[in-house]
Amino acid sequence: MPLTGLEIYKLLPQTNCKECGFPTCLAFAMKLAAKQAELKGCPYVSEESKAKLEAASSPPIRLVQVAGDEQKLEVGNETVLFRHEKTFYHRPGVFLHLRDTEAVETLKRRVTEAEAFQVDYVGIRLGLDGFLVEAASGAEAAFAAAVGAVRAASKKPLILMASTPVLARAGLQGCAGTRPLLHAATAENAAAMAEIAKAAKVPLVARAETLEALSELTAVLTAAGVEDIVLDPGMQGYRQSLHTLTHLRRLALRKNFRPLGFPIITFPGLGENVDEPLAAAEHIAKYAGFIVLESAEPAALYPLLVLRQNIYTDPQKPIQVQPGVYEINSPDGEAPVLVTTNFSITYFAVANEVEGAGWPAWLVVTDAEGMSVLTAWAAGKFDAERIAKSVKGFGVAEKVGHQRLIIPGQVAVLSGELEEELPGWQIMVGPREAVDIGAFLKTMWPNGK
Amino acid sequence: MMLELHKEKSTGAVRTVTIGATKDQGGTRARTLTLGGATALPFLDFEGTFPNPPALAIEIRDRKPDDWSPLLYQAWGEAMQDPADWARAAEAAGADLIYLGLSAAKDDGSPNDAVSARATARRVLEATGLPLAVVGPGQAGLDNELIVAVAEEAKGERLLIGICEDKNYRTIVAAALANDHLVQSKTPMDVNLSKQLVILIHDMGLPLDRIVMDPTTGALGYGIEYGYSVMERLRLAALQGDSMTQQPMLVNPGEEAWKVKESKVGEGVPAVWGDWSRRALNWEALTASTLLNSGADLLVLRHPESLRRVRAVVQDLAAS
Repeated sequence: MPLTGLEIYKLLPQTNCKECGFPTCLAFAMKLAAKQAELKGCPYVSEESKAKLEAASSPPIRLVQVAGDEQKLEVGNETVLFRHEKTFYHRPGVFLHLRDTEAVETLKRRVTEAEAFQVDYVGIRLGLDGFLVEAASGAEAAFAAAVGAVRAASKKPLILMASTPVLARAGLQGCAGTRPLLHAATAENAAAMAEIAKAAKVPLVARAETLEALSELTAVLTAAGVEDIVLDPGMQGYRQSLHTLTHLRRLALRKNFRPLGFPIITFPGLGENVDEPLAAAEHIAKYAGFIVLESAEPAALYPLLVLRQNIYTDPQKPIQVQPGVYEINSPDGEAPVLVTTNFSITYFAVANEVEGAGWPAWLVVTDAEGMSVLTAWAAGKFDAERIAKSVKGFGVAEKVGHQRLIIPGQVAVLSGELEEELPGWQIMVGPREAVDIGAFLKTMWPNGK
Repeated sequence: MMLELHKEKSTGAVRTVTIGATKDQGGTRARTLTLGGATALPFLDFEGTFPNPPALAIEIRDRKPDDWSPLLYQAWGEAMQDPADWARAAEAAGADLIYLGLSAAKDDGSPNDAVSARATARRVLEATGLPLAVVGPGQAGLDNELIVAVAEEAKGERLLIGICEDKNYRTIVAAALANDHLVQSKTPMDVNLSKQLVILIHDMGLPLDRIVMDPTTGALGYGIEYGYSVMERLRLAALQGDSMTQQPMLVNPGEEAWKVKESKVGEGVPAVWGDWSRRALNWEALTASTLLNSGADLLVLRHPESLRRVRAVVQDLAAS
């Protein structure tokens, strides 16, 4: 059974030396209990305590890091089965599958194209996390050349897929200075692959067809000294992968089962009759650590990366929109000015309705600490003072030739106070729901359509 | 080594709800649609049973909408001119249920009325043997006028009618009670509000096996995570035996996904977003398939290709 923070504290030196990076031994103990720190952080813990704590102190799903020349990625260290219980912490890495049977020039072109894919989603930049290079040819030289070609075109982390120790070495030679993920150790080659991974200090994938075989394999790798392991349970189909991913997450979290407490790599596009975007979507919602795609087509990659962003949003910290004045449908000086809060869903609801209704408009997004209109108003984060401050601070008066401001119907009560805060402005009370904005503007805005 | 897998034990189950009535049952439907019955989290058939796989509906309208994406006009073509044709096309596309939305206005711009709503419902019932849902345009007064008329016209058909919201549910529930229909109970992404409206509707005398709960979803990128987590929490509560959360869940990813810029339009958006048509179809299908994992029992879709793709996922997930 996992120990509580206080139980762990009793086993620590209790000197508050701060060398672990936390202010007190108790704070460190609490982090250990929450599986958000590792015992290694404490240089002074006794061997006896160490033995007692070891089982309970490390995260149930190991944090594994891969790194390219410039970018790195951490996956694992998840603590819950459902995002509402806390949050999902480390977004799964999304990689593109490349093979050394493709010409070097083709590989370079594909990598360059994939690198160019950068899309902005509510101010967050989304893109691929790296590339998997497979030694599909079975030839060392071809594999080394392919790895070199990919590295020449990208500074992102790599996954090297090599079925034999010889191929693994050939691939790793071209990766000096980075930390790729090596795929894969199997029951047949485990000892040799473990040596290679240890020598190169890279994480290693363990691949087996059943969970039993997988846990036996990771035990072998752990005994050989490999700490950073990623699991490949060889899944196919939506049902099998959902079951396998669920079992793995539960074994790690509910049973604290060490041999399977590692991140998982999935290949949603492999297999017959698969719909890669939909299979990948399942793996995003349900527990994958690395997702390797056959296609990086933007029309599929963009929604997948947005889904990943959504699922991994901390439920306690809603996505906020940057406060400011947003232009909708190229507004001019006669266009209406509407006020709302910076809760992303509120913003989207209002912006979409105005845009959908075809109205050019200025949307003043007030900093309401990411709360919706009524919640923010009740919490005192969306009052006349804040609205007036936004209108003045964002220079709304310089953008329009009128002085009419539309506030949400939910906060009609603010109109009097707001007229005092904004002398000369006429405060119009808009509809309570965003869906009625179009109809409201049509009837209430001067010279409406 | 034998692994001992972790299995959850449920003390509750999702309630079973049947939409539509055949001739023997007092209606005219060729078949009925039963939702719910799950005794575990979605598709985890190693620890529960799933008598009814999630169903897929296609949304049609009484008149061709003027604000839908051009991609949807391309998909349905001329069929959109006539709700009967559209219903037939949706049935041919593989829908389990026709989800008919009534418009606020008629073709000539005058407000929709009871006579027109009755005629539309009648035509759609005659055009398809599938179970039918009929919902109003979302304006309380008009909703009540139109839905009461439809409920009377289709008495005994066990339609799913709506949409019941906290501010306007009494008239629709009364119409369901009087004419042997079911209702869609919709609340804005909140576990307690979902429960509360089910309780209020049930308090009016409508049996729980005639309520389908719509916890509301956002589209991918536009709040899907809120709806997703509310659905997960509702389903966990249902399995733990919280009676008023045990209604089958309907969500409308079609409506949400086709509202957003990423699917609706092909021009004036960043080139990096990729091919419009494939992006739009992915937007709807990803929104829908993700909601399968949070416990959706009935997904309302708009594009036939999305239905085909999501069906393939359901068939694999539900195969045991």
